[in-house]
Amino acid sequence: MQVKTRVETTINGEQVEFLCEPRQSLLECLRDIVGLTGTKEGCNDGNCGACTVMFDGRIVTSCLVLSVEADGREITTIEGVAEGSALHEIQKTFLEGAALQCGVCTPGFIVAAKALLDQELNPSEERIRLWLANNLCRCTGYDKIIRSVQDAAAKMQETNA
Amino acid sequence: MRWVDYESPSTVQEAISLLGGDRKAKMLAGGTDVLVQLRAGRGDTNLIVDVKGIPELNEMRLDPQQGLTLGAAVPCYKIYGDAEIQKAYPGLIDCASLIGGIQIQGRASIGGNLCNSAPSADAIPMLIACGVTCKIASADGTREVAAEDICTGPGQNVLRAGELLVSMHFSLPKANSGARYIRFIPRNEMDIAVAGSGVNVTLENGTFKTARIALASVAPTPLFVREAGEALTGQPVNDESIAKAAALAKAAASPITDMRGTIEYRKHLCEVLTRRALNDAVKRARGEQV
Repeated sequence: MQVKTRVETTINGEQVEFLCEPRQSLLECLRDIVGLTGTKEGCNDGNCGACTVMFDGRIVTSCLVLSVEADGREITTIEGVAEGSALHEIQKTFLEGAALQCGVCTPGFIVAAKALLDQELNPSEERIRLWLANNLCRCTGYDKIIRSVQDAAAKMQETNA
Repeated sequence: MRWVDYESPSTVQEAISLLGGDRKAKMLAGGTDVLVQLRAGRGDTNLIVDVKGIPELNEMRLDPQQGLTLGAAVPCYKIYGDAEIQKAYPGLIDCASLIGGIQIQGRASIGGNLCNSAPSADAIPMLIACGVTCKIASADGTREVAAEDICTGPGQNVLRAGELLVSMHFSLPKANSGARYIRFIPRNEMDIAVAGSGVNVTLENGTFKTARIALASVAPTPLFVREAGEALTGQPVNDESIAKAAALAKAAASPITDMRGTIEYRKHLCEVLTRRALNDAVKRARGEQV
């Protein structure tokens, strides 16, 4: 019998419950069931990184996670990066540095970059580029994105100092 | 996509009975291959068996006498994040840190790379070069299969319905040994190997005591080039002996021409990559950084 599965999970610090088909990806459920549309669908096969979210403290492409796997886990999406109306430093530097044009890749880049800066205060340019290799952008040519991440790292270090 | 059921067994026995049951079952570990294939409509799976909840498949244990037991579902990041494994098995670290990007490495497993059995799989040449044995469980008990005997064709392997890859066993690295995997791709990361070479050497008094060499992306399966490794046995460690082994690797390769490269180009790469991998493995065997 085809019975939907109940998933209980924590998204951006809040307890969330929803029903889904076992085949449905976390990306699909975040957008279509939970209503968090900040996470974007690009390739839907793990190459582009637009759907990057934090899953139990690690970045994953949410198109390659089944929603049923999210039961009992902790998820952070782009909606959980800002604190209320206060943008995260990475979000600010992306805006200041014009690190986006069409914007589809941006949530994935910001979630991925935040994961890096949360664990490494001063990553090299090479390290940032390698870390973000699973995120594709077809507009910016990457340089503005990389510089914005470097700027955010510098500002976050000032704040911590 | 049509309806697919999902089960998350917590024991090997439970998983085996699901995999061997009436439904068309597919194992799920990191899902970075399986979910893509499922979505593309490949195969007629109607049951996903998520094996990540089984303790034996998450085991990562480095025993000072027995070597490394690596559970089939252990994700890449756990492997390259382990200081002891970094030290003992740098060749394995080579593979775990170049499969996909950071997001993929958070989910993808070496066991999954093996079971997916792609000719281009980056981890399989290293499993072969390291002489890894694979523990496979079924209702009839367990059997052990050498890594080079797992793959039988593109995406095909010796696992039968109802069989589950539990773990892979790496013997303890011998004194003066070193391993290295390198691949060629047109960019720096996140691509499928045009060709790859995994080698594992043991040195003794300036000669090769043993060597094993395996190639990626140049045959219907990852290719164990036994003769190339054996040609090094007892030979002095120098450019000439390494060039001979690299030439044998090139001769053994039987690649196809496709969008990633031509037959000629891939064969040429086998020689270059094997030479470089051997030189790096020799450095590691001598305790130098690569």
